[in-house]
Amino acid sequence: MEAAAIDAPLPRGRNHPSIWMQAPELARRSVMRTIRQPAAVIPATVFPLILLAINSVGLKSATTLPGFPTNSYLTFSLAFAFIQAGVFAVIGTGQNLAEDNQTGFFNRLQLTPIHPAALVTGQLAGTLILGLFQAATYISVGLLAGAHIAAGFGGALVLIALAICICLAFGSIGLAVGMRVDAPEKVQSLFPLIFVFLFLSSMSLPRNLIQTDWFRTIATYNPVSYMVEGLRSLLISGWDGEALALGFGCALGILVLGLYFASTGLRERMART
Amino acid sequence: MPSSNGRTREANGIEVEGLVREFKGGVRAVDGIDFEVRPGEIYGFLGPNGAGKSTTVHMLTTLLPPTAGSARVAGYDVVKQGADVRDAIGAALQEAALDPNLTARDHMRLQGALHGMPKDERARRGDELIERVGLSDAADRKVGGYSGGMKRRLDLALALLHGPRVLFLDEPTTGLDIQSRTALWDEVAHLSRDEGVTIFLTTQYLEEADQLADHLGIIDHGNIVAAGTPDALKAEVGRPTVEVVPADHSERDRSVELLRPFGELVPGTPQGAAVRLESDGGERLADIIRAFDQAGVKVANLELHEASLNDVFLTKTGRSLEGAQREAAKESETGEQPALEGAAA
Repeated sequence: MEAAAIDAPLPRGRNHPSIWMQAPELARRSVMRTIRQPAAVIPATVFPLILLAINSVGLKSATTLPGFPTNSYLTFSLAFAFIQAGVFAVIGTGQNLAEDNQTGFFNRLQLTPIHPAALVTGQLAGTLILGLFQAATYISVGLLAGAHIAAGFGGALVLIALAICICLAFGSIGLAVGMRVDAPEKVQSLFPLIFVFLFLSSMSLPRNLIQTDWFRTIATYNPVSYMVEGLRSLLISGWDGEALALGFGCALGILVLGLYFASTGLRERMART
Repeated sequence: MPSSNGRTREANGIEVEGLVREFKGGVRAVDGIDFEVRPGEIYGFLGPNGAGKSTTVHMLTTLLPPTAGSARVAGYDVVKQGADVRDAIGAALQEAALDPNLTARDHMRLQGALHGMPKDERARRGDELIERVGLSDAADRKVGGYSGGMKRRLDLALALLHGPRVLFLDEPTTGLDIQSRTALWDEVAHLSRDEGVTIFLTTQYLEEADQLADHLGIIDHGNIVAAGTPDALKAEVGRPTVEVVPADHSERDRSVELLRPFGELVPGTPQGAAVRLESDGGERLADIIRAFDQAGVKVANLELHEASLNDVFLTKTGRSLEGAQREAAKESETGEQPALEGAAA
């Protein structure tokens, strides 16, 4: 180790640094962490595409059902790829945070004058970047495979905006869970539960075509249905204000709840004096 | 008192009174400890695993509220003035908590921003510290590929980034090879000696405590069982012994008689004779050599054994530090006692 002394006096500490200085650096860390882990990014992006391919071929005959809104099951099921990306956002964000707890990195952060809001913002930034990348990928692959966006170019932009909102909403759930556990495996164990929750929605069929009463009831109360339908409206029917309002509303509602529980978890976790 | 770089050493100390930390189930990891660390000194906190070292560090660094008692670090109360304490301290905790996906420079950049350092100052000081800990060549490599020693050095550099007045090092050399350990010792000594940084160092290594610490606190089962300078502690538990092995083994009995006037005879090696000296070892050693020379007894080997910190630990707790480590490991395996240090985190 070099023993070269630093001649200049050590800088004085600063008690209250601005959140605007902290949040971008935490966001940068979150993004670097995401893009430097191809093993986390690739499955989260590719897995929904594989399911999309299987569904669009295997369930193609569903388009012949009376009342089915489109003759392209690919276009119909493309919306669900965005929701699956959200599931990976829960797991990824939660695991990253749990890992910080496990390795003691969270203590390193706590020993600085960190602003709690900067921590949450920073963590969600990585989710946002991944969500943006996934949304762009799904739209590109979908269009290349023959899907169409009824709402046109403007619709594609709104589709991306809604997809990012959904990713952030799911990411905030990941934050809320990650704040409360100290092992990434515990977050991973949520995966099957969330997947069941997703399937009990209008993911595979429009709600009015679900014949089983209990399934249709659950799907009606499941906010995932409205997020899927918001995305789907842009793909299939063009501009549908009600579907979009419900889609954005559900995503933002989950985001607010997720952030609330994340902040209470953060308060418990940051037990520093 | 100003140090060599012009910083004052006032209010850089640590004062602890009756500090307690109780965990769920009533387990007292730290059970009413008192000690004082003077500004600019290295205070060694020695004890086996699970003794309460890390729990104490967590309380002093504001990460864990004490159950009772009080502590002031750099003049600030750890409970009422947590933010001021954090501003004044740097800490390298037991595990070098680094993000394996970030580089050393990324870590410096993040840590500097969290401390509110302006961008140019962050970069300049970060580069200085990276160079100082010998990581310049690896500064842009992901930390995941670093060795244990490199991680520890980066951890130390990060702890120093904002210019702390008090530095907490929680078992900084555990798991390091001897070279890395020695390099870290040099850096710690330099920080205290030349920059006036007060250092609170926990360790389970006797040699480390002996070599580095100006003052020592020995902790066991959450209580400080001995405190003082390493020399004073050793002097307290025993005077040094001298063992002489004559060149001609048949002169062993004569050697015993020659040593008798210097103190209490104690068992030595089969070929040698040993005595616990009545007064200071340095002074009496010359007399012993003179006595053997005058008697014409040729000496094959002569050794002065100073009392060790392990003797101190043995005297105060009834078991050796090594034995206590084994005991702690066994308790941890059988689950007889919770892993207190971990629980503190």
